[in-house]
Amino acid sequence: MLMGWDVAIEIRSPGSVFGADPAEAIVVLLGTWTIRLLLVTLSISTVARIFKRPRIVTLRRTVGLWTFVYACIHFTAYFTLLAEFSISAWLEDFSERTYITAGMAALMLLIPLAVTSTRNWQRRLGLRWRKLHTLIYPAAMAALLHVLWAAKASFLDVFIYGLALAILFGERIVVRIRRRAGRGAISR
Amino acid sequence: MSFVIKTPADVRPSEITPERVYQTRRRFMHVIGAAGLASSVPAVALHTGWMDSKGFAPAPPSEDTVTPRGYATSFNNFYEFGTDKNDPAELGSRLTTEPWKVEVAGLVGKPGTYDIEDLLTGVDLEERIYRLRCVEAWSMVIPWIGFPLKTLLERFNPLGSAKYVAFTTLYRPEEMPGQRSYFSSIKYPYVEGLRLDEAYHPLAIMAVGMYGQVLPNQNGAPLRLVVPWKYGFKSIKSIVRIELTETRPRTTWNLTASNEYGFFANVNPTVHHPRWSQGSERRLPSSLFNGNRKVSTRMYNGYDEVAGLYAGMNLRLNY
Repeated sequence: MLMGWDVAIEIRSPGSVFGADPAEAIVVLLGTWTIRLLLVTLSISTVARIFKRPRIVTLRRTVGLWTFVYACIHFTAYFTLLAEFSISAWLEDFSERTYITAGMAALMLLIPLAVTSTRNWQRRLGLRWRKLHTLIYPAAMAALLHVLWAAKASFLDVFIYGLALAILFGERIVVRIRRRAGRGAISR
Repeated sequence: MSFVIKTPADVRPSEITPERVYQTRRRFMHVIGAAGLASSVPAVALHTGWMDSKGFAPAPPSEDTVTPRGYATSFNNFYEFGTDKNDPAELGSRLTTEPWKVEVAGLVGKPGTYDIEDLLTGVDLEERIYRLRCVEAWSMVIPWIGFPLKTLLERFNPLGSAKYVAFTTLYRPEEMPGQRSYFSSIKYPYVEGLRLDEAYHPLAIMAVGMYGQVLPNQNGAPLRLVVPWKYGFKSIKSIVRIELTETRPRTTWNLTASNEYGFFANVNPTVHHPRWSQGSERRLPSSLFNGNRKVSTRMYNGYDEVAGLYAGMNLRLNY
């Protein structure tokens, strides 16, 4: 949102906000916010469980959809500003550069999640909806690989995102193990 | 609202330092420099004026449009100061470049540690307007001030057995925060090297200035290499050591990711990098909606006169 303002200033006086290479800077900034939003989306249910506030899970759809919106703008910025509307340039990147392949995979995995995010689809799919939405995990992994493979020599960002993802995955595994153990106890 | 619709900028960054201004500044420094000697102004002031008293032969007009100075000094890859493009400009001022000594070692008749002032005595400085092609598929056009690398190396009387020249950048973590990073895969100090015949090519220069002034710290002050037919990372900055060797020296990016960066690193549009297509480049500054100024990348960055150095070599293997 603040970025809209920055872009407006950038158009008024080129180079003032995003430096000598605004195209690259904007694409990277949008990508940064996309993966951060993805991590926020994933952390909502964790926070709800830890702090025993089940109602905040209702936020998940909104934040998840924002993640998808940012992912789409990130891709659009890449396609228009860096690939310059060239489908062949995009296909070359997609097939030759692993970080683009991973990024595209993440975006593709988010599409069915965004489409089936409505209450209507939730009802229609029933139990399968839950299963379908576990696609968020491979999407997050692909997004992390996208950042990792795009990094040249500095791995601080990747480390932080990876650590956050590991914690969020770890918490889910712990919950699952506990649940299984709990069920076992009851059946005994 | 009106602020969005207004026509592009009354003040473009390109106008921040027009050529005329630094020309005037140079003349000004000339006068000040002379006065400074007489009234013993601190050494720092003398150093800034040092190049002005020396002067340099201006470059003939270039076919390429010179990148405005503000961009060349604020958009840098100098990981010793951080990996963001604006880190070197923001953190580079911490670097002390005075005094500056260069150790000369290896297969030379006159090894030793030289003050930079000694290295520059008797050297005629000249301006060279060169295209700078980064491996990240962007490029700029920079007016360097320097002198042929060959004239420097010959002062040390290289031995007949010398085949390569190796360079080392300053290692001073207390002034270079990037060297303290735990999350960097680069091992410091930064090292680079050339084959001796490459180093002796008249296009290869040692630069001490740009845009009519001494080098800013973020651009590799006070002494850096410029080899315009190779990707930018070959043009090592802030050099403190030069060694002539018989065997091929290790180079930093090759050590970091050998499948991505080779020893030669000649600009070559037909050999793609795993992360960047090298067929074209974005000539900076690019702007958002006035086109990105994409230009085709040329073999040897357009400096065909170096082709003879690589006759008979497989450039796909020797990337």
